[in-house]
Amino acid sequence: MTPLAKLLEAALFASAVPVPADALRVMAAHADDGESTLESALAELRDHYDNEGHGVELIEVAGGWQILTRPEYTEAIERAQLAARPQRLSAAALETLAIIAYRQPIGRAEIEEIRGVGAGAILKSLNERGLIDITGRGEGLGRPLLYGTTPSFLEQFALRHLEELPRADELAIALRAPRPATPTSVATTKDNGEAPPRAD
Amino acid sequence: MDDVRFRGTPSSGVVETAASEVFVVELAEFSGPLDLLLSLIRDEQIDIYDIPIARIAEQFLARISTLKLDEAADYLEMAARLVRIKAQMLLPRREGEDVWDDPRAELVRRLLEYQQVREVVNVLERRSEERRGRFARAYTQQAVQLPVAGPLRISLPELLSAVDRVLRLAKKPHIHDVIPRALDVDGAIGIVRALLAIRAHAHWKDVVPKKAEPWEVLSLLLALLELAKLGELRLLQPRPFAAFEINRDSSSEAA
Repeated sequence: MTPLAKLLEAALFASAVPVPADALRVMAAHADDGESTLESALAELRDHYDNEGHGVELIEVAGGWQILTRPEYTEAIERAQLAARPQRLSAAALETLAIIAYRQPIGRAEIEEIRGVGAGAILKSLNERGLIDITGRGEGLGRPLLYGTTPSFLEQFALRHLEELPRADELAIALRAPRPATPTSVATTKDNGEAPPRAD
Repeated sequence: MDDVRFRGTPSSGVVETAASEVFVVELAEFSGPLDLLLSLIRDEQIDIYDIPIARIAEQFLARISTLKLDEAADYLEMAARLVRIKAQMLLPRREGEDVWDDPRAELVRRLLEYQQVREVVNVLERRSEERRGRFARAYTQQAVQLPVAGPLRISLPELLSAVDRVLRLAKKPHIHDVIPRALDVDGAIGIVRALLAIRAHAHWKDVVPKKAEPWEVLSLLLALLELAKLGELRLLQPRPFAAFEINRDSSSEAA
């Protein structure tokens, strides 16, 4: 491996969280390894793990890079109690997270309006798990708290960035505009032949 | 004996926990009324744009009663909404009216929107499974070394001066205390009456004691006004800002 690839490997190994691409770029600039760029060094490291039989792999996530164990060893690691998979989120928590991911910054009332269920307890636990954070206050009555997703959300859902989520128009039913739709717009959607709900 | 006592406790224990915690209904099966509604629509293979509201409302009500969810406000709210839409559907449409606002439109919009959310949830679920199957290097924060508690080596003056420092820090600046004190108008009326019993005329300064507290002054003033209203005395002020004179009202006495 080139000196820069080895340096990056050491840096990524030392960190418990994804190392932001900017931080790696600064390291690369200081290392002054004439022959390799950051991109080439990262590619080299990834290929090294992939092709030479390693138990770990290089993953691009949450605007940075991270070394993770390969899924085939997860069970053995967990059985040996060296690490434990995080708990799965409930359907209600995932729904709330999905709404926040698409509509951020978004207030509690709007989330509750979409889900038809109170969201207070779920917002609190998502916040405690570091998946969402308060990003500001809205304009409306009582200046409601507005929520947004955190980098940790991207990390825990293996997303490089938010744009990696399916775009609204890629969903079976296009995500409506934030303003309330009129009955006519519902009719239009039907006329356009947008996929009706699957009956599965 | 133990048995009997034990039988008594569980019920009271349940009541306590129920009261202390917020009542949250979350079924493993459904994450909310919209979820339940969507599953009914799916089970019945119904066109979401043409929901037979009467049938769905009936099934919805049946489901929430078998699920023992009657008390869950979110589900009840949806049930009420369905019944209202059902009623609106029964209203006769006026002849020649080309635009008909389908009372189901808002519900359809919400269901479609919710279905999108479910779709994104599937994506998130897949992604999260992918990530859960991999471990990052675990970083364990070094535990903070707590000082070992040993016998305290300190002299009494040192300890006292330490206490003094803490107290001085803890003491909040004393700004002002507001002591609520009710006015004693009845008492003041008694004073004025007693004075007028022996004197027909009096001055303000005769009534108000020297170094009177504001509440006493106010009580006396109110007492004088009250007695003047009752006709027991007359108040007279010879010129502006002069001390007023108090005269026993002989006319009322005569009456």
